[in-house]
Amino acid sequence: MMPDLGNYAAEVLTAYALSVGLLVGLLVLSLRRSRKVSAQLAEVEARKDRADV
Amino acid sequence: MSIWEYANPKKFIATTTPLVPWVMGLAIACLVVGLVWGFFFTPDDFRQGSTVKIIYLHVPSALMAINAWFMMLITSLIWLVRRHHVSALAARAAAPIGIVMTLIALITGAIWGQPMWGTWWAWDPRLTSFLILFLFYLGYIALWEAIEDPDTAADLTSVLCIVGSVFAVLSRYAVNFWNQGLHQGTSVPVATGERTVSDVFFVPLVICMVGFGVLFLGLVLIRTQTEIRARRMKALEARMRS
Repeated sequence: MMPDLGNYAAEVLTAYALSVGLLVGLLVLSLRRSRKVSAQLAEVEARKDRADV
Repeated sequence: MSIWEYANPKKFIATTTPLVPWVMGLAIACLVVGLVWGFFFTPDDFRQGSTVKIIYLHVPSALMAINAWFMMLITSLIWLVRRHHVSALAARAAAPIGIVMTLIALITGAIWGQPMWGTWWAWDPRLTSFLILFLFYLGYIALWEAIEDPDTAADLTSVLCIVGSVFAVLSRYAVNFWNQGLHQGTSVPVATGERTVSDVFFVPLVICMVGFGVLFLGLVLIRTQTEIRARRMKALEARMRS
């Protein structure tokens, strides 16, 4: 049930595609970096604990 | 209990971690409802046709682009005055979100402007100050990346943030300061309450504005936690090397 966007379909669809793409990209990159840094920190803390012992 | 307790990195992470799923859930729910409502269930404007649907992306993203900079200004000032690392890292975390919001506002504005104004771009006071704000975001992020020492980076980026705030203010109020531009005045004047948008467009617009605002909050929390962990990791590695 796509609405009739008339003469401006290309403009409206492009605006939505680019904006949603940028928002999803930002969300994915933020979550991916969060997981990566958490894993790296856990590894460094484990190494430090081993060194302390 | 003082708000400054949350400047402790451990306390910040412990407090915000359980909040993040709720905040992100609310943000996604608002964005889905607002955008689906706006795209599928609102009529065309008698003058703008279906391009009016771009308002649900353009207005909230422009709002958050400017508000993100103000949030960075507040956290930068806190860093400069009280030297709380979490506030400097929160400012750093907010910048990439702000630049994406600015980019969305610029892109959607250009796409809307071409059929409505007959041009993708005009050197209008609001558009120009918004473009300069975008460049300040780029400079801010580049400065953080370029400086090795995190405290020096926080100091210099805080100063840059204060300078850039001039353009954040201009972006918001340019249409009031200069009247020769193409860009229309604000659709939702908070001070007077006299909005120019019909209810049929206004309700989904408000839901999208809330969605963008809450999404910003959620992303800032996630990214600030990441910056805190990255900083701790660097500190541990430096300690182990010495």
